[in-house]
Amino acid sequence: MQKIGVFVCWCGSNIAATVDVEAVSQALAQEPGVVFSTNYQYMCSQTGQDLIRDKIKEYGLTGVVVCSCSPRMHENTFRKTCEKAGLNPYMVEIANIREQCSWIHKDKAEATEKAIILGRAAIAKVQLNAPLQAGTSPVKKRALVIGGGIAGIQTALDIADAGFQVDIVEKKPTIGGKMTQIDKTFPTLDCAACILTPKMVDCAQNENIHIYAYSEVEAVKGFVGNFKVTIRKKARFVDTTKCTGCGLCTEKCPQKKVPNEFNLGLDNRRAIYIPFAQAVPKVATIDPDYCNMLKNGKCGVCAKVCGANAIDYKQQDELIEEEYGAIVAATGFNPIDLSKFNEFGYSQSPDVVSSLEFERLMNAAGPTGGTLLRPSDGKHPHTIVFVQCVGSRCDGGEKGKPYCSKICCMYTAKHAMLCREKYPDTDVYVFYIDVRTPGKNFDEFYRRAVEEYGVHYIKGMVGKVVPENGKLKVQASDLLDNRQLHIDADMVVLAAAIEPDKSARPLATMLTASMDTNDFFTEAHPKLRPVESPTAGIFLSGACQGPKDIPETVAQAGAAASKVIGLLSKDHLLCNPCTAQPDEMMCNGCSSCEKVCPYGAITYIDKEFRGPNRTTLLRRVAQVNPAVCQGCGACTVACMSGAMDLKGFSNRQIMAEVDAICK
Amino acid sequence: MLMDTIAAISGVNPRKCMRCGKCSGSCPAYDEMEYHPHQFVSMVESGRIEELMASKGIYTCLSCFACIERCPRSVEPARLIEAVRLAVIRQQGKNHLTPEQIPQLLDEDLPQQAITSAFRKYKR
Repeated sequence: MQKIGVFVCWCGSNIAATVDVEAVSQALAQEPGVVFSTNYQYMCSQTGQDLIRDKIKEYGLTGVVVCSCSPRMHENTFRKTCEKAGLNPYMVEIANIREQCSWIHKDKAEATEKAIILGRAAIAKVQLNAPLQAGTSPVKKRALVIGGGIAGIQTALDIADAGFQVDIVEKKPTIGGKMTQIDKTFPTLDCAACILTPKMVDCAQNENIHIYAYSEVEAVKGFVGNFKVTIRKKARFVDTTKCTGCGLCTEKCPQKKVPNEFNLGLDNRRAIYIPFAQAVPKVATIDPDYCNMLKNGKCGVCAKVCGANAIDYKQQDELIEEEYGAIVAATGFNPIDLSKFNEFGYSQSPDVVSSLEFERLMNAAGPTGGTLLRPSDGKHPHTIVFVQCVGSRCDGGEKGKPYCSKICCMYTAKHAMLCREKYPDTDVYVFYIDVRTPGKNFDEFYRRAVEEYGVHYIKGMVGKVVPENGKLKVQASDLLDNRQLHIDADMVVLAAAIEPDKSARPLATMLTASMDTNDFFTEAHPKLRPVESPTAGIFLSGACQGPKDIPETVAQAGAAASKVIGLLSKDHLLCNPCTAQPDEMMCNGCSSCEKVCPYGAITYIDKEFRGPNRTTLLRRVAQVNPAVCQGCGACTVACMSGAMDLKGFSNRQIMAEVDAICK
Repeated sequence: MLMDTIAAISGVNPRKCMRCGKCSGSCPAYDEMEYHPHQFVSMVESGRIEELMASKGIYTCLSCFACIERCPRSVEPARLIEAVRLAVIRQQGKNHLTPEQIPQLLDEDLPQQAITSAFRKYKR
């Protein structure tokens, strides 16, 4: 029989205002096995912990039940408290009477009754608890960063700086991400390429960093400290060790009509290409969808002109297996597809552009060489209308996103300001719902656009854009003047909402990392653990976690790196001792558990058993590798014969809890 | 009370409006209206429904539903207007004209048939 102590926490008024804590501690004192029961204002405080420790010694407690907040908050605290008093930490059970009781109930009598029931269930469970010992597993001292944008680059640089090996996997032919496409950065207006390219070069030169460009993560196995990752290095059809990046092939390739994705299709590139001058690695890539040689074997010009003999039309995808201790997701974002917004005429007129397209039209390395020209006729636009919140702040539905994309207010102010600075003869209108500029020097920047640069900010929204006789007829509302406006514009720029990259969802499945309904990665705690995924060993960097501007992304990238460094600097990790354990006598060898195990912790062996009349039977039974098992419990549910059990959460313990609740 | 009626008829929750003005930016009858689509919504929300009911503007809404189509918050301003029009009609006894009132309201462009039917309708 256990000697159990019950400790009911008030959590100030969080619990005590809705639950009669005195009644709970008195009622639970009557439960079988309970030798001591009390309540206290803050059980997690030093005094509260001392109280638990003293009572363990005084009463010789063998089990402790704390009725308090969620085990996610303080289970660890109380386990350590008990460990210091000489009790096995796994003899502690938490009854969550805050999140699952006091916070969600209003009626005190009802809440008190429920708190007693939850406490009773925890007591019933602790009766069957057994001391558990945590094992250890080694840590592979190498990190993987998925995504080579500014988030991934900064995370990799910071990890490498601490002396750890780090690999970057980037699906595009070059690292750099969205920031390479941006012209100037707010609120300082410094050139994006000038501050990004040194970091890209640092990555390439750093001995601790290896870049897998034009590669994708194919499979992830394992767990924190011991991930096994398969990386698919896509065929470039160019030998990267030989290519010098001279670019001669990209000039001679006869296939000239390939939409240039770097310029968002505003101009064309060749079938063999280097995305931009500062690409890292600076090697050519053949686009298999357009290359005549690869499609029908007729051409071969690039191989003929290549002085380094780097072209290899027979190159195949390569699969690389690598082990990592930590993985950082830095998959970034994309602007949403605007073709659904018919009212703005995005599909009807080339002069209606997205903000990222506008960025390319203003960029010296862009399709117009940095001169702002209309895509339709190459003429200088005189009236430009910017529309904010296109697809942001919509209440669900197919068309838009429910969240604020956060960066649009600032980049639109930047675009408007740059237009007025470069071309003072242009009239610039910005239609806004709210101008959101919380950030260092952000509001000052927006006010400068209005006050110094004379950008017309209009509170209202554009209702429709109709292309007519080479103009764009814009009909909009001006809510402050309470009138409808009709503007003949030359260009309309849509500040498209941003969404997580499409590769994030399948990646999250591979990593068993959770996501929200918008496909942003979920953090372990929204305030206190913002750069960690709830899945151990998976960290989050940049816009894959939520909309972010560059300074925020860099800050988060550094934070994620420091978490990775903290993990990699350990030689061993304590394992969770709550692992699965099969009862070999009951196991029928069906393999159900092996199939559902997400960690590959279960294997089957043929084992000899003693049969009747001194015979031996060879039976196929499950075996769990406790160093790999993460205690998710999927196997215990899948097992049809009830042979699989989870230590610390055994079927008996759970049934005892259910019985106690239903009593 | 009246607000509840409008909410029940229209099924619209005006609190969902984020004041972007896309409805008024879309409306083809904007200039003909005393109150504009975004104002319909805020007037219903703040309970100024009698003023709306008294306005001729509610009959200039063409029910083209551009505002419904484009509203990013699915507020559906045109449904509110339809509900206000229905509320006017449902005020039994208050929406009747006497035959004596008709001559002052006559428009010379009005078809004879309409005038005749108006007299038939209201003489009872």
